[in-house]
Amino acid sequence: MMLSNTLKSLVIASFTTLLIVGCGNKEPAKEKKAEAEAQPAAKTTEVVRIGVEGAYPPFSQTTKDGKLEGFDIDIAHALCDSMKVKCELVKQDWDGIIPALLAKKYDAIIASMSMTDERKEKVAFSNHYYKSPARFITKKGSDIKVSKEGLKGKSVAVQRGTVSDKFITGEFGEGVDIKRYGTQEEAYLDLNAGRVDLVFADAFVLLEFTKSEKGKDYEFIGDSYTDPKYFGEGIGIALRKEDTALTEKFNAAIKAIRADGAYDTIRKKYFDFEIFE
Amino acid sequence: MDFSIIIDNLPLLFKGLGLTLQLLAISLTVGFFLSIPLAIMAASKNTWLRTPVKIFIYIFRGTPLLIQIFIIYYGLAQFEWLRESSLWLIFKEAYWCAIIAFSLNTAAYTAEIFRGAILQTPKGELEAAEACGMNRWDQYRHVILPSALRRSIPMYGNEVIFMLHATVLAGVITLVDLFGAAKIINSRYYAPFESFISVGLFYLALTFTIVFAFKLLEGHFLKHLKR
Repeated sequence: MMLSNTLKSLVIASFTTLLIVGCGNKEPAKEKKAEAEAQPAAKTTEVVRIGVEGAYPPFSQTTKDGKLEGFDIDIAHALCDSMKVKCELVKQDWDGIIPALLAKKYDAIIASMSMTDERKEKVAFSNHYYKSPARFITKKGSDIKVSKEGLKGKSVAVQRGTVSDKFITGEFGEGVDIKRYGTQEEAYLDLNAGRVDLVFADAFVLLEFTKSEKGKDYEFIGDSYTDPKYFGEGIGIALRKEDTALTEKFNAAIKAIRADGAYDTIRKKYFDFEIFE
Repeated sequence: MDFSIIIDNLPLLFKGLGLTLQLLAISLTVGFFLSIPLAIMAASKNTWLRTPVKIFIYIFRGTPLLIQIFIIYYGLAQFEWLRESSLWLIFKEAYWCAIIAFSLNTAAYTAEIFRGAILQTPKGELEAAEACGMNRWDQYRHVILPSALRRSIPMYGNEVIFMLHATVLAGVITLVDLFGAAKIINSRYYAPFESFISVGLFYLALTFTIVFAFKLLEGHFLKHLKR
């Protein structure tokens, strides 16, 4: 009885409300207006398409079920959150990553790209979002000495078109047998197979490999290289030159995630050392 | 558009051209000599001869060459017994892996071309051979193969062109062939148009040469079939 009474009164109450609302023409109009004001923000939630590589662990990798993960991916999402835009990640092989940006397949590249003068001729860069040196790894206990003479006749694997490729081509040059690969993973495969003596790449990337099952027999040798002539001012987000507004937005977002701790949370997830300065 | 980078890198491109031609010539030669016995076996009425060859042809025609190369270069390298055997001297080198993959691939396609031609040998030719008292071996040597190979020339010309274009796959296993050279130039200067248009012209010129050579071959060997 109690229940049915309550129900009855509820039904009556809602009917009354409907009636009042229906008659009071002004109220709904006001509501509509408020909605209309709120909508533009929701409607124009900008979609920023971001080119990522998906084959450069731990920065960008594709999981077994096809999902993207890694430092670059997390940073991309954090930046989009900070800019209040919707992120759409587009996977693209390294070889074509700049041409695809210029062809407007996406609007920005977050793919651990070093800011070099050569690249700056084609694209604009945000401020750096991290910095990283390049290093060699080789089999544990090997007697290779890293120097122009020491590497003579040795084979070194690098990923084609990376700054590591340019550095070793420019600084170690002719005497070294440089083998270029489309992806870093192929370089590791040939290191494992014993087809190459060393792999030269970004220290972070190699660090991750040496921690893995396949890489546990390999260690860093030689110096860390950060020569700005090759390695530029660090790692930045590449954008089309004409998109200056978006570049500024990314710069502000980098600042914001540095300030609010989002950056450090992500950094700690992957590295136990500082990488921004 | 800046073609001066191509001119600066011509030595690299010509080195790549050399490797492309080498890979093509060796693979085609090996593939050709493999394909003749394979074609004879595939055309045989004996199931035990025919079936293994059919399976070989089916596998190599049924899978992309890129996958065959990846399996031979990266795939086989994961087996420790292979890396410790003397075979590793061959499989260690990207060059030989490419040659093995290309040769087997073109052998499969070519065998299928020759098999078709063998089966279509005019009955009259076979009867004439038999009437002369030739045994099976002599029939193949003096009648069937010369006739079948001649009739295969136009189709084989196609296979040679396909093979030339397939050699770009050497570029994915660290070799610096023509396409590999273009990829290096592209990654150095971010000039995909200039790099790939230039090697495209190289391949066009090569294809034209092949077409021309086969025209001469056809003129010579297929004179009797001209209308």
